[in-house]
Amino acid sequence: MINIVLLAFLVVIAIAIVRMRDLLAVSMLLGIYGLLSASFFVTMDAVDVAFTEASVGAGISTLLMLIAITMTGRSEHPERHKPVLALFVVLITGSLLIYGTLEMPYFGSADAPIHLHVAPHYINNSMQEIGVPNIVTSVLASYRAFDTFGEVVVIFTAGIGVLALLSVVRRPEDIIKIDSTNNLMRAEYLILRIVVKMLIPFILLYALYVQFHGDYGPGGGFQAGVIFASAIILYAMLFGISTARRVINQSVIQFFAAIGVLLYGSVGVVSLLNGKSFLDYSALSADPVAGQHLGILLIELGVGFTVASVMVIIFFNFEGRRDNSLTKESNKT
Amino acid sequence: MLMGLYNYWVVVVLMMIGFYIVIAHGNLIKKIVGLSIFQTSVFIFYISMAKVDGGTAPILVEGIKQYSNPLPHVLILTAIVVGIATTAVGLALAVRLKEAYGSIEEEEIQKKDNLDC
Repeated sequence: MINIVLLAFLVVIAIAIVRMRDLLAVSMLLGIYGLLSASFFVTMDAVDVAFTEASVGAGISTLLMLIAITMTGRSEHPERHKPVLALFVVLITGSLLIYGTLEMPYFGSADAPIHLHVAPHYINNSMQEIGVPNIVTSVLASYRAFDTFGEVVVIFTAGIGVLALLSVVRRPEDIIKIDSTNNLMRAEYLILRIVVKMLIPFILLYALYVQFHGDYGPGGGFQAGVIFASAIILYAMLFGISTARRVINQSVIQFFAAIGVLLYGSVGVVSLLNGKSFLDYSALSADPVAGQHLGILLIELGVGFTVASVMVIIFFNFEGRRDNSLTKESNKT
Repeated sequence: MLMGLYNYWVVVVLMMIGFYIVIAHGNLIKKIVGLSIFQTSVFIFYISMAKVDGGTAPILVEGIKQYSNPLPHVLILTAIVVGIATTAVGLALAVRLKEAYGSIEEEEIQKKDNLDC
């Protein structure tokens, strides 16, 4: 029952997003939208997905939107681009899609075609073949590891893209200027700073738990990477980007983003060299199940490295760009 | 039929709302928001299909016979993280456009381009 209410809420929020012109409100609504869809995923038994959506949709993506808005302006132009024609196109497409759903198997039916093919094999055999209770992890990291490798490469590429678009080279006097304005602005957040300092170790510890417990419960490299990055981002938000850069050097992070992809790929190459197919972990050890465990541990670590570093790279470059535009403005005045 | 297809109809409605934002709004940030609504509707579609009545989360426990389908979960899990990475690239492009044109409204950018040539 609760999923019906959650879906109705999602529609209401989406309509509010269409009507809202203040982009700050839009990005906050998008955060709520992310959190509600995460709750919906929990009711649909997709705990791993809910975990990811809660940390990404409700956390990092709202944050990135907010930083982007500080640079691009907060309000939207009221003018619409041929709204009647757009509505017409949308209604036609929507009704065709609804017509398409009429043939679909009903929600929750166990004999739907999707449940008859590969999935029973995963559910029945993953314990003997992989030895990991969380089937999502065993499919993600072993059965479909090549697919996941592709996703990790995409994330890495997106990190490079943001780096190419937004990275700035600063003169030392600008850095001093940015530091002093940041310190002035942030001196008032004393309580927040102390609370955050106490929270950060626990967030990092939790990220490590999610990383290494992903075989047994919900979790894994993707979620852990995002949580780990969020601790660093929290630090950077309250203590200023240049302090954070002194704690974690940007080039070290870029190095780790590459190391993650490399670790993942080299596990595949090792199993190739041992005479099995690419990313077949049973080649890693004499006992196939132990090999699977080792392989999953290594590639989840690779995923965690890349995701965490790319998220931090994205945040640092957005924030660095913003500081840069602020100094440009103050130089003009 | 209403209850059996309700999830899919909500997915279509959300998808069309996202689609409308992408084609009717001129603000680039708003367009990216529209794209992410569209994207989330696809996630909801996949996860709804994976649900089995009486099933539970696909983590093997003694004494449970029925699990929901783990495969769509895997696909969507990775898609969410890839989605945020690509959204970040989109936002970065919007920031650069703002710096180059002084605006992120499509019409104004078009006007400036027309003046240049």
